[in-house]
Amino acid sequence: MFGQANVLAAGQAAFPPSVEDFYLPSILPWGAHDSYWFTKITAMVWVAVGILIIFFLATYRKPQLVPTKKQWLAESIYGFVRNNIAVDMIGHRGVRFAPYFTTLFCFVLLTNFFAIVPLFQISPNSHIAFPAVLAVISYVMFNYVGIRHHGFVKYFKNSLIPPAPWYILPLLIPIEFFSTFLVRPFSLAVRLFANMFAGHMLLLVFTLGGFAMLSANAWLAPVSVLSWVMTIALTFLEFLVICLQAYVFTVLTASYVQGALADEH
Amino acid sequence: MYFLAAEGGESTHNPIIPLWQEIVVGSVAFAVLCFVLMKFVFPRMEQTFQARVDAIEGGIKRAEAAQAEANQLLEQYRAQLAEARTDAAKIRDDARADAEGIRQDILGKAREESDRIIAAGKEQLAAERATIVRELRAEVGTIAVDLASKIVGESLADEARRKGTVDRFLSNLESTGAR
Repeated sequence: MFGQANVLAAGQAAFPPSVEDFYLPSILPWGAHDSYWFTKITAMVWVAVGILIIFFLATYRKPQLVPTKKQWLAESIYGFVRNNIAVDMIGHRGVRFAPYFTTLFCFVLLTNFFAIVPLFQISPNSHIAFPAVLAVISYVMFNYVGIRHHGFVKYFKNSLIPPAPWYILPLLIPIEFFSTFLVRPFSLAVRLFANMFAGHMLLLVFTLGGFAMLSANAWLAPVSVLSWVMTIALTFLEFLVICLQAYVFTVLTASYVQGALADEH
Repeated sequence: MYFLAAEGGESTHNPIIPLWQEIVVGSVAFAVLCFVLMKFVFPRMEQTFQARVDAIEGGIKRAEAAQAEANQLLEQYRAQLAEARTDAAKIRDDARADAEGIRQDILGKAREESDRIIAAGKEQLAAERATIVRELRAEVGTIAVDLASKIVGESLADEARRKGTVDRFLSNLESTGAR
């Protein structure tokens, strides 16, 4: 049960990569396998939070009407989520959700992005705990917003009873309940988690595969090189997935809030 | 080594079961992030956007006001210009009329003056002529008589007759001369 780093240092590749490769030894206490308070993963989460706080506070310490370059960058991020997600999905009422959506988007994007940053090289979102926390917040938020907007009874009536003939309702209501109140948080969390998990796994397979072939037979060296070239290509694909999943998570949250606020079905 | 890792891993970790420690860390970290960004950053961005909109709209409004003022000033200047033009035309006409009057005045005066001078000259001439005629008449009479007495050698006793003869002769002379 050595870590992957030890294996690589010993010049021997652990192939194929396993789930264990996602659970690195703890940093504090050093090397422990059953302590999860301070691991590379949690450290990265704190780093992401620190980077985002410092970036936004630094760029928006003294906002000016005519923005500086950094201020413009920060405003573009917020403006993108505000106008292209919050207002586009929810309408003018969406403006008050824009701060949360932007925070969510930035957090998911940056933690995803760690997957392809050298030395970080794994995304915290490949541990389901973090997507789950975000999904639970989205779930609580859209239900809270809906109940507050419509009142408890009307909200559930709106959400559960689609405008359909009465005889089909016994079938539709359980389906609506299942999809809206049971599946949504899971699909939201699992979608992000699985994408990041699979992305990391793919990169591991191609990187470690190269080492495995090289150590198995020197004649396989060209294939190893091909494998590493594939790693680079997949890194670009991974970058696409990173941005897309951050966007999708935010858009779906906005869409759920919009559905909860909608007057009719 | 590898087999141990693989087998041990599958029994220890299930990737779909979240670790409660990570849930706690994730919640706290994300809560901190949300608190800071949603309290100190994004509301200020919203304010800045609003301020920017205000500034632009205010700028447009100010520009419109300035435009209106400029138009008003232009109208005013045009009116003033037109007024000045009519004034100038009026002044020119007046001046022309004045000049004409003055010319007529001077012309009249000059004519009068010249008439007066001419009349005086004529008068003077007539007077002088009369004087000369009178003097000549007296002298011509004496000379003629002297001449005649010398020629005839006798003194004419009858003064009155003598005078009448001379006068008749002279007036005959005058009338022929004037003709």
